[in-house]
Amino acid sequence: MSDPRIAGASVTHFGKHPERTGRDLFAEAGLEALSQAGIDPDDAEALYYGNFMGELAEHQGHQGPLMAEAIGLDVPATRVEAACASAGTAVREAVKTIRNGEAEVVVVGGAERMTNIGTAAATDALAIAADDLYEVRAGMTFPGAYALMARSYFDQYGGSHEDLAHIAVKNHEHALVNEHAQIQKEITVEDATEAPTIASPLGLYDSCPITDGAAAAVLTTESYAEERDLDAPVAITGTGQGGDNLALQDRPHLAQTPAADKAADEAYEDAGVGPDDVDFAEVHDCFTIAEVFAIESLGFYERGEGIAAARNGETTRDGDRPINLSGGLKAKGHPVGATGVAQLATVAWLLDGSHPRADAVPDSTVGVAHNAGGTVASTTVHIMEVRE
Amino acid sequence: MTESAQDGEYDAWLDSIESDNGYYLECSNGHGWLPPRRVCPRCHDQDLSEVDLPESGEIASHTTITVPTPQFEDDAPYVTAIADFGPVSVTGLVRDVDPDDVSIGDVVGLDVGERVTTGERAVVFRPR
Ligand SMILES: [Zn+2]
Repeated sequence: MSDPRIAGASVTHFGKHPERTGRDLFAEAGLEALSQAGIDPDDAEALYYGNFMGELAEHQGHQGPLMAEAIGLDVPATRVEAACASAGTAVREAVKTIRNGEAEVVVVGGAERMTNIGTAAATDALAIAADDLYEVRAGMTFPGAYALMARSYFDQYGGSHEDLAHIAVKNHEHALVNEHAQIQKEITVEDATEAPTIASPLGLYDSCPITDGAAAAVLTTESYAEERDLDAPVAITGTGQGGDNLALQDRPHLAQTPAADKAADEAYEDAGVGPDDVDFAEVHDCFTIAEVFAIESLGFYERGEGIAAARNGETTRDGDRPINLSGGLKAKGHPVGATGVAQLATVAWLLDGSHPRADAVPDSTVGVAHNAGGTVASTTVHIMEVRE
Repeated sequence: MTESAQDGEYDAWLDSIESDNGYYLECSNGHGWLPPRRVCPRCHDQDLSEVDLPESGEIASHTTITVPTPQFEDDAPYVTAIADFGPVSVTGLVRDVDPDDVSIGDVVGLDVGERVTTGERAVVFRPR
């Protein structure tokens, strides 16, 4: 069994590009990833592509073959949908395909066009990741769902909105050098605590923006990379995926994310590493509180202790284990169906030293990507390590 | 919107609450769920029976939503909460309370109300 190598990766600018079609966004990322990989495109044997709301935003279903065509490939193409974890789940399919020996070269990616339909319609579209009968019809929005989880966390473990503000401040600061990021603006704790509320206790700066963008990566077998002398030092050594009840009301705890616990346990075991081996992570901070759930589920913190990590400077770029050096979804932006592959690309670039924040993690060898869907009813965790 | 088909067991469940016969589904091991369910996702038991919902529940968490979806545009700001009714928890809109006065642990009853924006039925909680 061969751990896939990341031979090339690319992300578009994340931001407001309302007039750019999904297929054009993905073509930019996909063609650049193929070019970076330096492979013959005819060698690509499959595409796994993440997209969440294409039907609602572009009236476009059946996006697998459309996106393969957009990057000039005639390969079996499969769209994967797991809400905000669509691309992470696509990565897992690509990893399995390579490990199973079914392909030597697989393209994985994702795209989302969101701002063209406006904030109200995008809010509506994002809400369909929740249970329509029991949550959406009771007024649940995507921020509202995380607000319920945040208030429950504060009630069970303590913590405050100010703690969350430190996460927003950190991720905004991290994004200042990331030219792909949607928001490159330093903010203060006061900016975040005084911002308008969107779903109490969460405010504007607790929420990721609405984003257009795409990401793609080319994965190959180890032998393919070695035979062609590709510059592909980073391997995906562990993959995990977990699930949970879709509706919050059906879960035993509102302030825990067991789907991510399961995904992390599986990925660590698969890679033969543990939380203490991890130098840094890109985690799914669609809302500030989500970063807290993520770093607890990844085993970096005990339950109830992740809330203080950013405030204590442990997850900032000069901290012991930096979290979201890209700026995270919070500042980098969150084109839903692309996020999981953008995280993969970020981790690879931090490990190979080419990311503008790589100086925060010199000599690092193990990075993690955590991608969550909905209110963490789906999670993928991928472990990446430097080989050679 | 044109007249649309009902959502089977979900609308039947709302009907039951409206007629003060609200129920939930319970498996042999006491796990509670709302319909439609054919199997307990926790223990795989398919022997689910209808059990009367308790008269009152307790708010487990709540949020006041100021940025709604278009279907709740005229409802905002409104409070969405999850309330525990014994072995089952329910999501609903909190009514008849100032949003600032809603707290975890508040005792509420279950009712069916209307959404302001669309007039469609919705699960609502009222203080008891
Ligand atoms: Zn059961």
